Amino acid sequence: MIRRVTRFLDERAAAAPLLRKTLRYVFPDNWSFLLGEIALYSFIVLVLTGIYLTLFFEPSLKDTVYHGSYEPLQGQKMSEAYRSVVDISFKVKAGLLIRQTHHWAADVFVVAIVLHLLRVFFTGAFRRPRDLTYYVGILMLMTALLEGFLGYSIVDDLLSGMGLAIAYSVVMSLPVVGANVAMLIWGGAYPGIPSFESRMYIAHVFLLPIAIAILLSVHLLLVVARHHTQFPGPKRTERRVVGLPMVPAYVPRTLGLAFGVVAVLVLLGGLIQINPIWQWGPYSLANGTNGAQPDWYLGWLIGALRLMPGFDVTIGNYTLIPNPFWGGALFPLLVFAFLFAWPSIERRHSGDYDFHNLLDHPRDVPWRTAVGASVFSFVTIVFLAGAMDRVAVSVGVPYTWQIWIFRAALLVVPPLVFIVTQQMCSELREREWVEVEPSIARE
Amino acid sequence: MKRFGSWAIAGLVLLLGRGQRRRQLPPGKPVVEGGSPAPGSELVVVGLLLLAAALAVVFIVLFAGRANTQLLGLALGLCFAALAVASVLTAFRLLSSEVDDEPYPELHPFEAAEIEQIAVESGQHLTRRKLLVLAAGAAGTALAVALLAPLAALGPVFDTSRLRRDPWRKGMRLVDANGRVLRANDIELNTLHTAFPEGVDRENLAAPIVVVRVEPARLDLPADRSDWAPGGIVAYSKICTHAACAVALYRAPHFEPSRPRPALVCPCHYSTFDPATGGTVLFGPAGRPLPQLPLAVGRRGELIARGGFSGPVGPSWSGVRE
Amino acid sequence: MKPALLIAAFLALVLPQLGGADSGGDLYLQHCASCHGRGGAGVPPGGEHFGPPLQGVGEQAADFYLRTGYMPVQEASQEPVRKSSPFSDAEIRSLVTYIGSFGGPPIPKPQPERGSTSQGLKLFTENCAGCHQVAAQGGLVVGGTAPRLADSTPTEIAEAVRVGPYLMPRFTRRQLSDRDVDSIVRYVQLTQNPDNRGGWGIANLGPIPEGLVAWLLAGGALVGIAVLIGGRER
Repeated sequence: MIRRVTRFLDERAAAAPLLRKTLRYVFPDNWSFLLGEIALYSFIVLVLTGIYLTLFFEPSLKDTVYHGSYEPLQGQKMSEAYRSVVDISFKVKAGLLIRQTHHWAADVFVVAIVLHLLRVFFTGAFRRPRDLTYYVGILMLMTALLEGFLGYSIVDDLLSGMGLAIAYSVVMSLPVVGANVAMLIWGGAYPGIPSFESRMYIAHVFLLPIAIAILLSVHLLLVVARHHTQFPGPKRTERRVVGLPMVPAYVPRTLGLAFGVVAVLVLLGGLIQINPIWQWGPYSLANGTNGAQPDWYLGWLIGALRLMPGFDVTIGNYTLIPNPFWGGALFPLLVFAFLFAWPSIERRHSGDYDFHNLLDHPRDVPWRTAVGASVFSFVTIVFLAGAMDRVAVSVGVPYTWQIWIFRAALLVVPPLVFIVTQQMCSELREREWVEVEPSIARE
Repeated sequence: MKRFGSWAIAGLVLLLGRGQRRRQLPPGKPVVEGGSPAPGSELVVVGLLLLAAALAVVFIVLFAGRANTQLLGLALGLCFAALAVASVLTAFRLLSSEVDDEPYPELHPFEAAEIEQIAVESGQHLTRRKLLVLAAGAAGTALAVALLAPLAALGPVFDTSRLRRDPWRKGMRLVDANGRVLRANDIELNTLHTAFPEGVDRENLAAPIVVVRVEPARLDLPADRSDWAPGGIVAYSKICTHAACAVALYRAPHFEPSRPRPALVCPCHYSTFDPATGGTVLFGPAGRPLPQLPLAVGRRGELIARGGFSGPVGPSWSGVRE
Repeated sequence: MKPALLIAAFLALVLPQLGGADSGGDLYLQHCASCHGRGGAGVPPGGEHFGPPLQGVGEQAADFYLRTGYMPVQEASQEPVRKSSPFSDAEIRSLVTYIGSFGGPPIPKPQPERGSTSQGLKLFTENCAGCHQVAAQGGLVVGGTAPRLADSTPTEIAEAVRVGPYLMPRFTRRQLSDRDVDSIVRYVQLTQNPDNRGGWGIANLGPIPEGLVAWLLAGGALVGIAVLIGGRER
């Protein structure tokens, strides 16, 4: 049977050599190399559940009156978009399961990307010849953040509507050109023209998924073409990669991971509620709710916006830089700039311009590990600041105190983390008495 | 009955019979090393696969029935979980996990040189190479800009004056969310009112306002707004000048000596505005005070606007203060 | 003779307890007057204890503050929090009657069954969600907290709307009619038992608990699966 299929493919597509090579393609075997795959499988879940949702969602802001089964919304004015999502949640069989699985998959997608990025960063996998792969990955992260934001914003519920108004304000705050760009995107002053909803929709269901798919394909192609990196070890050198062949070892493992990812996402989708938009109600620009938050992966932005002291940069009577620019635009720009620039910075600092197929253990490169930990701690503190209001409500620490505590932490903690991390690295290395023979490790 | 009997026997044979005729392997050196058989694990994997099949059927049955989200999620999720465990068991027990090695791909200087050679040889008879390249560049850039130009129609890019438009006109009455006209007597101390201009589309940042009454003795408005607050009633844009959320909180202390002073607060980033001093920022990241709407009391006690706002409504942009 | 004496003695002991051993006025003098002044006149700030006057607040406010345990509070600058009242039910009733004697509105009698949850959601969103959060999970007001309404009874809700306790604004009948308040009460009751058909409601707060689940539950599970499947550096 297998012989017949192979012959068919070879006759029609001259594929036998490629297949032969693929079947025994080798993957280094380490759990931390599976994090990217978790992201990949989450993306597949997103696409499949997303296609289903497009069959029921109505991307229109036209006003309608609700006459469905959920009592608290009975007779209320809302957009068709919001109404269609309430119907998906309440009327369509399995609609709520698929909608929640989709939203959990989006959250988990970014979790997996961040974990994968941390692994790549701290093991030095971004070094040549894989710097291009790394840049493509950062681009994917940026695209994923925008994609997720648009996904929950097209629903036109109270929470996401407030978030869109904030996004408008951040665009408006871009120096000199902000207002022009904002009016371009929204088609006028906020709330913009009705087809702004269509713009978000088409970006979310078509343009950005295609962009991610292309970036993903390039990313995977580059990984495969160069072969995956590996940790040094017996027989594992810069010249030879040791690992599990696709068949028979790797395929069932990755299949297991894929099924596991889908299982976790579907179980979440059925058992834990996410974004219950029927409880938030439809959006109106005259309404606001306390405790409104963006999805977790934008929490660093709300933290930054809250921590900034209140000033607009003015020259005489001319406003140059409105306040949201610093937290909403410059801060994420700097973080992504750091990520993009890091391979060059490290090359310049260490003088190491070589190709590397072997990974570092984080403890063996204390400078990179310390810088990475330090920058990560900075971003994490800003991220945690986004939840200051709930901390004030639950724990009782006054909000005004927290602002100052977090600002102080931003100054004090990252340098501390830098020093402590360097210390930990050297201590860990001293404790290890494993000698790695130079001839094996770096051939 | 007989049919069932033969099916049952067939199933038992499948289950219990094991390791029968091994496949005929092609001659030559083995590519894949053999592993040791694990019949117990094989049965477990079969069990898991059948369990997954059963759970999928449960999902279908549930879907046809009442389709409870939790049960559907459990059925489908556990089905995938069973498949996951089956795959992993297959990987670790049923199939061999021997390790293999391959060379990392080297550079290909020869092909790279050939590519360069092909490129050079293809253009070797050109006499105006630079000029051609420049002209192609000019054509490409201009075309790219031309193709992108229609994007400018997405919105009124150059007309920032739109951001200053507000629907409030002198003499317009204030109405509440239900369209009922607001009267000055409705605005008691420590009450919060959201209002809109009568007869105007509300989906406009400049439409919603908050109206509160400040004790006249505590009013401290700028000099040119001394008559904007009849009886201490003040009105401000409800849209935060920081990031366009609705300023939906009113901190209205009952007994002021022991409490923070009255203020309008925005729930997004907690910009706090003082209604007694013209909407000045008391706390938070807002960079501009809340625009104030001048009020007057009409002949029948209704609240009316005396003109437009003191400044542009909504979030700031470059040039907003001009 | 003897049984009658016994009964009389018994009644003499019990009756005062039933009627309130301390009358409202006595309780007031003992527990409230130091801040709220004799006869509810209030005590102006400047001294160690001060507090607002209670004339005109009526049984409505007194009942609200006492039943929720917001009052008594140790210091005027302290933010009142819901706690079990140090007073018994009878004592609260006496105090309420006494303070009500200074004049003011009676205890409201909301009838949530006459209201509509849909009108309630609309009104709550427009008037209350800014502080209390749209699902009544409570929120931050800089300088105070708007509490969760999970423990609020219909009477307390109606009272709070009219009284505007601590930092809360109050809402007059012209803003929110009694029928409107019925709807709001009905909606708040719904939030005490929300429609969480999506599964575990994780506090009905939105993205913060959702992010925690994504990282701790999902992230943890998936990393665990990866560790199970993948190799480990020794």
